[in-house]
Amino acid sequence: MPTVNVDKEELYTALGRDYTFDEFMDLCFNFGIELEEDTSPKEMAIREVGAHKVDDSVSDRPILKIDIPANRYDLLCHEGISRSLLVFQGKAKPPVFKTIVPADGKLQKLIIKPETAAIRPFAVAAILRNVKFTELNYKNFIDLQDKLHMNICRKRTLVAIGTHDLDTIQGPFTYEALAPKDIQFVPLNQEKNMNAEELMTFYENDKHLGKFLPIIRDSPVYPIIYDKNRQVLSLPPIINSNHSKITLDTKNVFIECTATDLTKGKIVLNTMVAMFSEYCAEPFTVEPVEVIYEDNRQPAGVTPDLTSRITTAKVDYINSCTGLKLSPDEICDLLNKMSLEATPSKEDKNEVVVQVPVTRSDVLHQCDIMEDVAIAYGFNNLPHTAPSVSTIGKPYPLNKLADTARIELALAGWSEVSPLTLCSHDENFAFLRQKDPGNIAVRLAHPKTIEYQVVRTSLLPGVLKTLKENKKHSLPIKVFEVGDTAIKDDTQERRSRNVRKVCATYSNKTSGLEQIHGLLDRTLQMLHCQPVDKNGTASGYWIQDSENPTYFPSRSADIYLRQKGETKVIGSFGILHPEVLEKFGLNFPTSAMEFDLEPFL
Amino acid sequence: MATSEDIQTLILTTLDTQGAIENTDSLKTADGNAIPYLAVVGVLNSLASKEMITYTTIERDQFNLTQEGNDIADSGSHEAKVFNAVDPVNGIAIAELAKLLGASAKIGQGKAFKNKWIKKDGDKLVREVESIVDQTQLDALEIRNTGTHSKPATLKDLQARKHVEKVKLISYKVAKGPKFSLKIEKQATDLTAEMLADGSWKTQTFKKYNFAGNPPEGGHLHPLMKVREEFRKIFFELGFEEMPTNKYVESSFWNFDALFQPQQHPARDAHDTFFLLDPATSSNFPDKEYVQRVKEVHSHGGYGSIGYGYDWKIEEAEKLLLRTHTTSVSSNMLYRLAQETKARGSFKPAKFFSIDRVYRNETVDATHLAEFHQVEGVIADKNLTLGDLIGFMEVFFEKMGVPNIKFKPAFNPYTEPSMEIFSWHPGLEKWVELGNSGMFRPEMLEAMGLDPDVRVIAWGLGLERPTMIKYGLDNIRELLGHKVDLDMIQSNPACRLDKKMGKELVGKDAVDA
Repeated sequence: MPTVNVDKEELYTALGRDYTFDEFMDLCFNFGIELEEDTSPKEMAIREVGAHKVDDSVSDRPILKIDIPANRYDLLCHEGISRSLLVFQGKAKPPVFKTIVPADGKLQKLIIKPETAAIRPFAVAAILRNVKFTELNYKNFIDLQDKLHMNICRKRTLVAIGTHDLDTIQGPFTYEALAPKDIQFVPLNQEKNMNAEELMTFYENDKHLGKFLPIIRDSPVYPIIYDKNRQVLSLPPIINSNHSKITLDTKNVFIECTATDLTKGKIVLNTMVAMFSEYCAEPFTVEPVEVIYEDNRQPAGVTPDLTSRITTAKVDYINSCTGLKLSPDEICDLLNKMSLEATPSKEDKNEVVVQVPVTRSDVLHQCDIMEDVAIAYGFNNLPHTAPSVSTIGKPYPLNKLADTARIELALAGWSEVSPLTLCSHDENFAFLRQKDPGNIAVRLAHPKTIEYQVVRTSLLPGVLKTLKENKKHSLPIKVFEVGDTAIKDDTQERRSRNVRKVCATYSNKTSGLEQIHGLLDRTLQMLHCQPVDKNGTASGYWIQDSENPTYFPSRSADIYLRQKGETKVIGSFGILHPEVLEKFGLNFPTSAMEFDLEPFL
Repeated sequence: MATSEDIQTLILTTLDTQGAIENTDSLKTADGNAIPYLAVVGVLNSLASKEMITYTTIERDQFNLTQEGNDIADSGSHEAKVFNAVDPVNGIAIAELAKLLGASAKIGQGKAFKNKWIKKDGDKLVREVESIVDQTQLDALEIRNTGTHSKPATLKDLQARKHVEKVKLISYKVAKGPKFSLKIEKQATDLTAEMLADGSWKTQTFKKYNFAGNPPEGGHLHPLMKVREEFRKIFFELGFEEMPTNKYVESSFWNFDALFQPQQHPARDAHDTFFLLDPATSSNFPDKEYVQRVKEVHSHGGYGSIGYGYDWKIEEAEKLLLRTHTTSVSSNMLYRLAQETKARGSFKPAKFFSIDRVYRNETVDATHLAEFHQVEGVIADKNLTLGDLIGFMEVFFEKMGVPNIKFKPAFNPYTEPSMEIFSWHPGLEKWVELGNSGMFRPEMLEAMGLDPDVRVIAWGLGLERPTMIKYGLDNIRELLGHKVDLDMIQSNPACRLDKKMGKELVGKDAVDA
């Protein structure tokens, strides 16, 4: 969830009144955004690095930190928040956005070359005329680009925004893809002219830009935008040129968005112009740009398209979902508070016609409209009913079996532990003196925590790690776990499956093998499984000496289970090998058992 | 040496004849010896515990001569020794005196001069008086005989001169107790099977009992599992069926795509989700037509939706991962519900729940683990309303002991509306988030084949956080995982969410009020 910092004074001025923290928090809560904190850049810096490192150059103007839902790009700046809250309170009408063609009828052109298809295939553009920048709205303008880049643009991979002082450049503009060494310009806020290869090296360790370089770095061609005089505008998605940079004195702004996802490119451009056309001499007007794909990949057209999308929503659907009995007029009144212009349909009494503005790209279905009705009505004002759904409760049989085993193990005097299911490859195999057969363990791709390499195939490593953390506990230590392991299995839809197992250990000054053996007998007896003669045919279990590298030589056995004439090994028990104890940092003899629980279902 | 029986008999007979013992120091054994202090204490305690006697402690100071003091008592003070060494007629040479008396010569001379007993005559010492009284010796003798001295100043002086040292003496004044008797009865410490058999418990007297319980050697359940059990009971009480969540490995399809979560969503980034190295992908989807419907609704819309308008790729859906939420299982169950509905020809409402592990590729700290438990509930029925969801949440959280909740609009890619559930926390003096809830999107349900009037409400919350609040833990690693303290597992109390949880979760006053 993105957090936006807005200037408190600017916001309350726009909203036409002052608020206490609690008052404003309630307003935000009901609208669906979350007021986190009333602070200042200085206060935040002091908290982060300490008072001694923060000087007076850091502003102490109060700001409000507000959490915004991830799909509301229109609320990522002061302009969007103040506008929506005014409309929500019925104090303003939502703005109507207009595109205005210049008096001479000639649009600026952005021509897209075929080569761009290989790296960043789409571009859209727009112009804001006669903008009046102030320090505050200029900062908002920069911040919004930053928020859009981090969120909907997926760190500039999907969309990158470039903004330019139109009076420093001349159209038509061309969007091309060239070899890095053939691109030369002075990057934003630099003095040195460099080619794109040099530029990559120059920004390699840049804290802000370094992370974006890999998006294009290894490509044979880089995306680049020129004006008609071969003046570079930007090298998306990395950086603009210094030549066309915006200042507080800029009057006319050229905005281009290059994208790998055209839908998102359009949303980003729409959001930019919808927010900042507010500061044009004629507010909420935008000059469109003609976008031409030389290879006709996309039909030629003008951007942005600021017409609202007309859609409908059914009255009975809205009432049925919300549990209300609203008339079409009441629904429209509520929707208007959410910046959705709505009118009852003239043809269908059961329908409202809704104009979804370009700022509301989150509206996909009438369920989104229904939600806005519910928010405007107030979630906490909705009638409370209890669903009269009559169903029968039922445990998942394997969980019920596992709980039965857990209770029996605890009744036998063992304490339950709950280790993690992720562990290192060594813990799962080498530390247990087992070889990885290579085809059983589920392995993770890019874990942030380095020891999370596999999903455990045995409960034993986690139990032994728990013992290691409890070496000071008085002896004997008796612990167990009943839990899931996972193994690869290509017959399954997910090419793997969980296996539920039981594991218990006994640690003391002597090995306590007979204790573990006794616990095994008890547990199986409680699971209604009897000891039987291995040479007979009766269903039940028996044990047989085995040499298992995890255990001390001649001190372990396999557990055999015969059900309906079929025999399989379900687990083993024994005294843990001293090398296993050493690997897990244990200094007292320990006996262990582990077996599959699922055959007892 | 007197045995303790001898001492017992002595004390009891003395009491019998004299009525009381003013001071146990006066007791002497048959052969006239004093009785060791520790032996007396042992016997007195034993008799007192049987209420045969009572006693009070007498404390007094006694002054004993040090070795030097004893020496003075035996052979006189240093100054007297010096006086006696001086020949009444000829005196004694100073060098001779030192030879004769050693260390005493120097100490004794000074005192003898001061007392004007002797004087210097050239290099000789001569007597100044004819005879002396050695008061220091007399004082030492008095102390030896009486253990003290009639003049406190003298005692102090002798203590300072290290001739005398003070010791504390403890003795006892003894009287008959309520059960005084000359005969000592053997008291039993415990009721035995023999006493029951021969009836001796009726006459047997018992020692006074000191209460001290022994902790039982039972087993213990993990606190997280105890809270899990409470949640399970709530779900069963409300008629929910448990979902098969025993599959940690999930496909991106069920974890994201089936839930109408677009493929560019940040949660699908390797930075947040554990994708698998092996097995990395699976194309074993059982229902290719359903996969096609999901592709269609993502890229071009359908069921009244405009969709996300992007190029949906099967390769993304095939990527395997460790499930990021149990909703992946819910989506699979709702798909099965749609299949059953089709097979049966009619819809049957369903209520599902699960409590199981989910995974996030997070950096581990005190509040974040890469794996944790999620509690999830799902209700599917025709024409469910938001009011039903709110009403049901009130019932559910009431059973958890949380009586006062409210709802905030929120965003979730697969529910619309989405509501965060908040509860007032008087301790923190603010509304705290307890969980998430919402109505699944039609794009998800209708692509599965459910009718448009089938609505599904769902909610979820973490298992660890309420458990940490309940048991007062502030580090999640001390609850789940191997860093847990076994003593904590063995000592934490049973869990009754309705009785305790509310108070701990929302603060005492809210529930008491």
